Amino acid sequence: MIEELIISGRMNPEIDPHLHAWPWYVPTDLFLAALVAGILIFSAFLTLHGRENEFPAAVKRAPILAPFLLGIALLLLFLDLSHKLYFWQLYTNIRWTSPLSWGAWTYLFLTPLAFIWAAIHIKTAFPNWTWPYKWIDTFIESLKGYRIWFAWAILGLSLTLGMYTGILLSAFNARPIWNSAIIGPLFLTSGLTSATAFILLNCPKGSNEKKLFCTVSLISLGVQTFLMIHLVMGYLSSDLAQVKAADLFLGGEFTTLFWILIVALGTLIPAYLHILYLKNIKIPVIVPSILIILGGFFLRYILVEAGQISHW
Amino acid sequence: MKKIMNRRDFIKIGGLGLGGLAMANPIFDWATGAVLTEADLQQTFNKIPTYCEVCFWKCAGWAHLNEKGDIWKLTGNDNDPHCNGRLCPRGTGGVGMYYDDDRLKTPLIRTGERGSQSFREATWDEAFDYIAEKMQKIAEEYGPECMALFSHGSGGKHFGRMLKAFGSPNITAPSYAQCRGPREVAFFATYGEGIGSPERVDIRDTDCLVLIGSHIGENMHNGQVQEMSDAIDKGATIITVDPRFSTAASKSKYWLPIKPSTDMALLLSWIHVIIKEEWYDKKYVDKYAFGFEELKTHVKDFTPEWAYGITTIKPNVIRKTAKEMANASPSVIVHPGRHVTWYGDDTQRLRAVSILNALLGSWGRRGGFYNPEKYKVAKLKLPKYPKPNKSWRDAFPDQYKLAGLALASGICDATIPTDERDCSFKGWIVNGTNLISTLPNPKNTLEAIQNLDLMVVIDTMPMEITGWADVVLPECTYLERYDNLRVSAHREPTIALRAPAIEQKYNTKSAWWMAKELSNKLNLKDYFPFETEEEELDWQLKQIGSSLKEMNKIGVKKFDRKFDDLYPLENLEEYEFNTNTGKIELYSTAMEDEGYDPLPKYTAHDEPPDGFYRLIYGRAPMHTFSRTANNPNLTDLMDENDVWINPKVAKEWGLKNNQEIWLENQDGVISSFPIKVRVTERIRWDSVYMVHGFGHTNKNLSRAHGKGASDAELITKTKIDPIMGGTGMRVNFVTFHTELPTQGGA
Amino acid sequence: MRYAMAIDTKKCVGCSDCVVACQTENNVPIGYCRDWVVEATSGTYPDLSMELRSERCNHCTNAPCVRCCPTEASHIVEGGIVLVDPDQCIGCKACIASCPYDARFVHPEGYVDKCTFCIHKVEKGEDPACVEVCPTKCMYFGDTDDPNSDISKLLKKRKWKTLIPEAGTEPNIYYLI
Repeated sequence: MIEELIISGRMNPEIDPHLHAWPWYVPTDLFLAALVAGILIFSAFLTLHGRENEFPAAVKRAPILAPFLLGIALLLLFLDLSHKLYFWQLYTNIRWTSPLSWGAWTYLFLTPLAFIWAAIHIKTAFPNWTWPYKWIDTFIESLKGYRIWFAWAILGLSLTLGMYTGILLSAFNARPIWNSAIIGPLFLTSGLTSATAFILLNCPKGSNEKKLFCTVSLISLGVQTFLMIHLVMGYLSSDLAQVKAADLFLGGEFTTLFWILIVALGTLIPAYLHILYLKNIKIPVIVPSILIILGGFFLRYILVEAGQISHW
Repeated sequence: MKKIMNRRDFIKIGGLGLGGLAMANPIFDWATGAVLTEADLQQTFNKIPTYCEVCFWKCAGWAHLNEKGDIWKLTGNDNDPHCNGRLCPRGTGGVGMYYDDDRLKTPLIRTGERGSQSFREATWDEAFDYIAEKMQKIAEEYGPECMALFSHGSGGKHFGRMLKAFGSPNITAPSYAQCRGPREVAFFATYGEGIGSPERVDIRDTDCLVLIGSHIGENMHNGQVQEMSDAIDKGATIITVDPRFSTAASKSKYWLPIKPSTDMALLLSWIHVIIKEEWYDKKYVDKYAFGFEELKTHVKDFTPEWAYGITTIKPNVIRKTAKEMANASPSVIVHPGRHVTWYGDDTQRLRAVSILNALLGSWGRRGGFYNPEKYKVAKLKLPKYPKPNKSWRDAFPDQYKLAGLALASGICDATIPTDERDCSFKGWIVNGTNLISTLPNPKNTLEAIQNLDLMVVIDTMPMEITGWADVVLPECTYLERYDNLRVSAHREPTIALRAPAIEQKYNTKSAWWMAKELSNKLNLKDYFPFETEEEELDWQLKQIGSSLKEMNKIGVKKFDRKFDDLYPLENLEEYEFNTNTGKIELYSTAMEDEGYDPLPKYTAHDEPPDGFYRLIYGRAPMHTFSRTANNPNLTDLMDENDVWINPKVAKEWGLKNNQEIWLENQDGVISSFPIKVRVTERIRWDSVYMVHGFGHTNKNLSRAHGKGASDAELITKTKIDPIMGGTGMRVNFVTFHTELPTQGGA
Repeated sequence: MRYAMAIDTKKCVGCSDCVVACQTENNVPIGYCRDWVVEATSGTYPDLSMELRSERCNHCTNAPCVRCCPTEASHIVEGGIVLVDPDQCIGCKACIASCPYDARFVHPEGYVDKCTFCIHKVEKGEDPACVEVCPTKCMYFGDTDDPNSDISKLLKKRKWKTLIPEAGTEPNIYYLI
């Protein structure tokens, strides 16, 4: 029998008995960031391909909410800081080895762009919208001409942001659950999936856009499933710390949550519902969308929690 | 070591940033002022000498004050042989004793029934008047000898002076009959000298250290833990005999996992082997020992095979370890232990230890037992003490004839009136000892207290004992007062000064001041001729060519030995021992004279009944007694004890790690609080182990109340040593309850 | 100059003096600790062995906490000591998550705190508080770049191990076994 214990009474708050320094703020922030990234990626991508009028929901309506979601994400990130009055130090440095650093700078540049993008498209979502001052209206109209440039910038920054939500975790090799290169692509894909779900909520009934995004969602869910399987397989074929950590999902405390909430409700059932929809069976799109969004949120929540519990 | 630049000048070699953007030292002032900066700049603004009072080792050290005059930290005095510049965790954590805001703050006088915990605040004058009046009444009705003082700490010297002036010789420390008494009597009988404190063991120079009943490393006897480490560095062999895998056992070449209560058999068997194989130090024994032939005959049947059946230690292990000891002779120590009141035949067991040491020729030699020397400090010029007419011994005629000091348990027992006794004790003064946790069978202690006319407790913390007082006097901690010079017997004679590092907090005072005031009220002021303790100390120091000024600077003053006799028997010099025969008495004539066995015999002791386990208790290095259980720095390390249970036993009972259970002993006493289970291989399947000093019931101890369980309350049975009255306490057995049992049920 | 610590597990008795001394020396608030003591027992009664070790931040040469810090709060100074500048720390706790030894914690004042090798003492030529107080003298502090230092000689003479070497952080606390 091996008995290893700390005999000097260590009980540092948030560290012991196991790490829980990152409660719900961080996973929610990661989820919102990836969601926004996904929305903006689709919007920008389609704009660059000149199909913005074909897909008004994706390109013009969905991004309206994006800057506010981004604002909430930033607020949560700020609330998580334990030394809040010093948050501005984040912007006195840029550290390439720190995902949090270039993530913070990405937020900084992306937020105004998201606001501008939303402002440009607001008249599509709300045709009766008027700006309080005439000069704002003129200004926004003039920006419309630079749409393509904005689209490129937004595409680049959103891809960075989407990847950042995952790389932030995978950069920590001290936490076996996070120490997998798959987490970056997985979170990006999950972000895209959540974005398509969000876009679907904005699509007019029975439109082609809806059908297309259903397909996109289905493909995205497929890729996501593939990545999740490889994530777990990766744990099992890696070093002892990771094999033990994988137990959290295969019999440990997160097993039920992982398989039911994320895999079943968050991935497989929505995929099935999409297939039904594509076969012209009437499914209210709100059902798979909400499931996907919840699934995406819990994916991050559970991975952040489990990651903090796992250790060498 | 070459001087290093200030931290702020250090080149930051990690984490390259965009230099232009980096504003390493922000301009805004409100962003500065972090505690880390203060710690960087923190230096000692003043250093006051003191010696520690947390345990009994009395390590000398320094109290460091920061620029605000607050106590910052405590460190050891480099010139002190007790600690060699390094305090133990309790000493380092002594700051917590000062900063503990649960401390007693003001004198209290009881308002309700004794033990009802209802007190009112009083002035010092009121409190002293109360005490003096009652003491005088007791003296008139029964005689001053019916006042007793229980003390464990520096305050005892001051209250002792007062009590002796009052006319009572009944001053006791529980450390005698509840702790080391048996070994003092045993070694006195053999060598004519006791072991003393700190023990006179030359661990740092030994080649073989045998620990039988000592858990050095978990007991934090500072100097000895340090010397054991030195011995390990030098490659000394350590042999540990312990039913538990102690820290010392983990560092031993041989660990003998002995069946509890059978140590005597092992010792006798070792003696047998060493004599039979002629591995003993012949020249030494021939020159100095008396009674060898009688001893040889006595042990002839105590073979390792015989011992194996009793102790479960294999015969070849007994022989091998005996050989190790003999090979190392005379640089070998069979350690006498410290807390040796186990089974009631403890004096005889320590006799066996002293005999074994004599055979190995270790007494008085390098690597064995050295000859300590104490410096003679001038005695105060006081009037003669009145001669008492009776003492505690009168309560126990024909018993405990070899007891050298007063028995705390004896005085406690003698407080309960019986038909045979002339006078029971009527008044107790208790200072620095939590008798409820210290004396076995707490119910008995409480019964005794209820028979008193006067119960005075002087303490720094609201312990269980303070709840039973008539008058509680709040003592300031050792960091806030002067005390007598520490005059210790060691390899080199030293004296150490304790000076107050800081003002007395709340309305607390020093024991010296209290004793003086009380003496004034009792018309004994001539026994405290000086106005302040400072003056008294300065006078004393000037008599020996020093001064308070000098001692404040150096803290510890070392003197040369008068004689160069640190190892008086190293080369088999002529020596007369302070015994009847003038020799080392392997066969004890002193014991024989009083009708006790002159040679130790093996007695079988009770074993635990089915479903019960022997209760073994011990120490943790971060705590001492029950007095540190509320210290904030030390509770940070350990805030409760747990009960060690062998995995096989745990499986049988279905117990899991950290599960809370209640313990019930053989007399049906159930622990007041539950205790967490620790399932560990380090303990035998027939015993359980817990650290002493927890399970506090006094609600005023915010950090200690209800934490862990008290072993003392489960020690209701004792085996009294007939030779000196020591109370053997390892004779209690416990069983488990996973739920709190209802009254009278199991 | 590469500061490092060597701790002799054969002499350590687990008294935790190092923890209290660090607490008083560095004003670590009650309830928090920069170092801690681990007891590891293996075997079955009576065939047992036990290791005691005092642990703290390993001041890794390849420190993940410094890499992941978004500001310059977590930095390495001359001698390899890893420090946190509280004026630059935003409390994002990335460094806490990145430490395989769980050596860091959030100070009640908001910034991240940990063992500093008592740099304020090292600057004056003294040993860190824990090394200075240890009653068994089982802790050694010095420069491993200097072949004549006590610690270098010890590491040449004795068998040693580091903690979680597979994490690749190159820790600088050596446990003599």
